[in-house]
Amino acid sequence: MRRWGLGWGTLIAAGMLAVAVLAVATAPLYAPQDPFNLASLRLLDSLDPPSFLHGGVKKFPLGTDAQGRDLLSAILYGARLSFMVGGLAVVLAAVVGVPIGLAAGYAGGALDAVLMRLADAQLAIPSMLVALLADGVARSVLRRSLLEAASVPILVIAIGLARWPHFARVVRGVAQLEGGKDYIAAARLAGISWFDAALDHVLPNVIGPVLVMFALTLGFAVMDEATLSFLGVGLPPTRPSLGTLIRLGNDYLLSGEWWVVVFPALALAIPVLAANLLGDTIRDRLDPRGHGRQIAQGRA
Amino acid sequence: MILRLILLRLAQAVPVLLVVAALAFALGKFAGDPLTAALGPDATAAQRQAAAAELGLNASLPERYLRFVVRVAEGDFGFSTRLGAPVGQVIAERLPATLELAGVAFLVSLVIGIGGGAYTAVRRRARSTRLLMVGSLLGVSLPPFLTGTLLILLFAATLRLLPSFGRGEVVDVGGWTTGLLTAGGWRALVLPVTTLAIFQSSLLLRLVRAGVITAMASEYVRFARARGLSHGVVVRHALVNALVPVVAAASVQLGMLVAFSVVTETVFQWPGVGQLLVQSVAAADVPVIAAYLVLVALLFVAINLAADLLCLAIDPRLRGVRRGTAGLDAAGAGA
Repeated sequence: MRRWGLGWGTLIAAGMLAVAVLAVATAPLYAPQDPFNLASLRLLDSLDPPSFLHGGVKKFPLGTDAQGRDLLSAILYGARLSFMVGGLAVVLAAVVGVPIGLAAGYAGGALDAVLMRLADAQLAIPSMLVALLADGVARSVLRRSLLEAASVPILVIAIGLARWPHFARVVRGVAQLEGGKDYIAAARLAGISWFDAALDHVLPNVIGPVLVMFALTLGFAVMDEATLSFLGVGLPPTRPSLGTLIRLGNDYLLSGEWWVVVFPALALAIPVLAANLLGDTIRDRLDPRGHGRQIAQGRA
Repeated sequence: MILRLILLRLAQAVPVLLVVAALAFALGKFAGDPLTAALGPDATAAQRQAAAAELGLNASLPERYLRFVVRVAEGDFGFSTRLGAPVGQVIAERLPATLELAGVAFLVSLVIGIGGGAYTAVRRRARSTRLLMVGSLLGVSLPPFLTGTLLILLFAATLRLLPSFGRGEVVDVGGWTTGLLTAGGWRALVLPVTTLAIFQSSLLLRLVRAGVITAMASEYVRFARARGLSHGVVVRHALVNALVPVVAAASVQLGMLVAFSVVTETVFQWPGVGQLLVQSVAAADVPVIAAYLVLVALLFVAINLAADLLCLAIDPRLRGVRRGTAGLDAAGAGA
């Protein structure tokens, strides 16, 4: 670990993230309850405090919410949804952004100018707002009866479309640099088509930066999902994500049932913080300008 | 030169605005049947014919789009389906609340972000710098809705010090409702402003810090040091040259502020434009969403133009460049 110059903070963050992902992925194996199965909920159990407090029930380690849902189970299943939506959205952003960036950077010229102006124009508007507006468009277009069933795809598309320019920009830079090298020209002279050269020779060079971008974007995408769900335009109360849980818990803030907000909030904040810490480290290590030593030598 | 830049920028903005208007126009197609909305379901075919002719619905699509653009340019966005009032009026009523919240939060985060960014860049090894950096990482990692919720839990629910929703007492000054003239209005501002400022100033602090560090590492700062200038003079040199990325960062901030005031207004039930947007998205109130789309596009064009002009005023070197955004693009990449 020391060899790579990584601090304890980074290691702890990576560990926490790994534990969170593992815990969430295997949740159905050990969660006390299926919180999406409305038949298993009893209103009599609603708003029980955590089991370690006075009046708590042993069955509900973190207490229950207003519907009588076991909060621990709701958090585990909610985090599954949050991580899934965030992950799929970043995949979509990459699927849209990488080909665009590749085409722009490798082809250059007018195509490059048009595509990158488009990316810049969208980047000027915060992605959360783009996602919210995309969500609004989807909600206006779809029938009301379809909305609840389609809430996951709507969110994935809204958040993914809001983030594609980040991928396009990174890929374009690499493709531009790599596309101008001699071996590409040699490959083209050897009779390899433009398309094959882009796919076989430029694309592999792009994979590393795309993976880094993927890691950096994941935390933000999860945050976007939570924000939209908190605003009430994300996942519905019947299948709550972490953001939905916090919104529902918000109604009980002033009446003293703090656990319905605090536990989901922690479950959201800790992984996102860990992801950002890791992203920060990765960026610093890849960007020589971020280093104290190299800075003293001036930048290229 | 500067006039040319303004004209160029405006010319570039026109296609963007037309595309956004087209999106808003297309959105209107899904708003339901305008004839049924105007006449009710029991109208006869003849009545519908007459109304269609009167509303100009028989015209071709491009013609209707053109008419839509003209109406929007005149500030006529139609009627909100949820509130049954003209969209322009609905938005105008809520604008003061949003502008006051965003304005105060912007000033607070500018002071903290620029001051903190410069401090942490200059005193890089200080313990307080480390604390500030950890704090700012927390600040950018916690989504504003979470910070707001936790602030309510602490200061409104537990300590009962500050109000958790609404604007407090407001005064009507010539059609502009303001909370800035009453003690209650200021008390109501504290929590929402803090929520916005925690995120904004953390982000700004990190951007400013990066800009100042880059400036401090440049040749002319080393030369100034070598000439034996005092530390204070050297830092001042570096700060002036870090201003261009700072302006770029601040303009990004202003944009983020618009986005996150949506969230903050929802958390604190602040009766502004952001809350209106969320309610409209939830209720699929198409005319309001369309109007917001157009207004946001306009706002961002204005912010970017203002930032470009400010950068030109600050840094004479940019004036020689054909496109005035060289510094902005470089700074924007770090955002």
